[in-house]
Amino acid sequence: MSDVSLTVNGKRVSGSAEDRTLLVHFLREHLGLTGTHVGCDTSQCGACVVHVDGRAVKSCTMLAVQASGSTIVTIEGLADGAELHPVQAAFKEHHGLQCGFCTPGMIMTATDMIARHPEGLDEATVRAELEGNICRCTGYHNIVKAILAASETMAKGAKGKAKQAA
Amino acid sequence: MYSVNYHRAASVADAAKLLKNGDAKLLSGGMTLIPAMKTRLAAPSDLVDVSRLKDLQGVKVSGKTVTIGAATTHYDVSTDEKLKKACPALAHMASLIGDPAVRYKGTIGGSIANNDPAADYPAALLALGATIITNKREIAADKFFKGLFETALKEGEIVTAVSFTAPAKAAYQKFRNPASRYAIVGVFVTKGKDGVRAAVTGAGEDGVFRSKEIEAALAKSFDASALDGLKVSAKGLMSDLHASADYRASLIAVMARRAVAAANA
Repeated sequence: MSDVSLTVNGKRVSGSAEDRTLLVHFLREHLGLTGTHVGCDTSQCGACVVHVDGRAVKSCTMLAVQASGSTIVTIEGLADGAELHPVQAAFKEHHGLQCGFCTPGMIMTATDMIARHPEGLDEATVRAELEGNICRCTGYHNIVKAILAASETMAKGAKGKAKQAA
Repeated sequence: MYSVNYHRAASVADAAKLLKNGDAKLLSGGMTLIPAMKTRLAAPSDLVDVSRLKDLQGVKVSGKTVTIGAATTHYDVSTDEKLKKACPALAHMASLIGDPAVRYKGTIGGSIANNDPAADYPAALLALGATIITNKREIAADKFFKGLFETALKEGEIVTAVSFTAPAKAAYQKFRNPASRYAIVGVFVTKGKDGVRAAVTGAGEDGVFRSKEIEAALAKSFDASALDGLKVSAKGLMSDLHASADYRASLIAVMARRAVAAANA
């Protein structure tokens, strides 16, 4: 057993877990954050993607104790109260989900992707960047549309903020 | 996963000490080891995490000499601006590993110490004539990669960095398994001051190897046309559900031609 201390969605949390406990199980079972899903459990599908120290990683392929000391953002940490994160809003607007199982991972991957491409995204880049996320319902089309739309909304927002600051 | 004891090493020396615990294994990005533990293909008693050691991280470029810390992630290699200038082929190769989430965690040291026969880095380091630096010695890539999942590393030895001289020309091309993104065949070619080197991953029954046929043809002329009509022997190549040995042999010639064309572009 080891002590695991994390900052999850802005809150400091700690607990004790077996060393073999995967981060995804710690989030779901110890912290009750069940928005992060376990899909394939073999690092392929990306339903378990969360941000660890600002990087989108697969929480089914990381031990909770490995993450101890890190800052984590899960799907539950994106919305600002009742106001959806722009990526969440775009998935809703463009119908980027059907059953919704892969959606938390898709959205966590998408927010990381958009942050890494401040110059903007095109369809080919979005599809290539989604290699680690599998969706069995949508055929990806509306997911790609949602990410492209969110990327534009967020670029406009960033410009607006820069103007306000200036 | 079986029960395991996790240790976070404070330094390379500390990691070497911790490795003496039972059947301990080094943990870096964990992108291979943790899945192997989950399926119980690996069952170390202890894990020694070296991924947070700052002196194992980062890319240094000094003139033509490139040194990459063992715990540098594929993402950091693929996006390093200095490396993109000195040896863009290696940065490009790193951008083709796995998927973005895997590239954020997986490391160069972990990849070469594991020496998966379909991993990308072994081909790159062999073609670059790199030196693998450990906490005990320096090992030439030609002597480092021994066979399937086998390297020259001794018990308790820790890869700390890799180093190479940036070649004048280099490129990597791979034909990927669409599900795993591992190479069905990957070919890394370089043209440096010591001549032409071509290393092949994904295809050999004994893991990564240098192709004498390709090197001989390219030594005459480093041009894709020098490989026209080249027949690569299927002897010693893998056959599995993804590709037969004959198909892999054919792919080696195709990937080599594409790599040379990319290196000259």
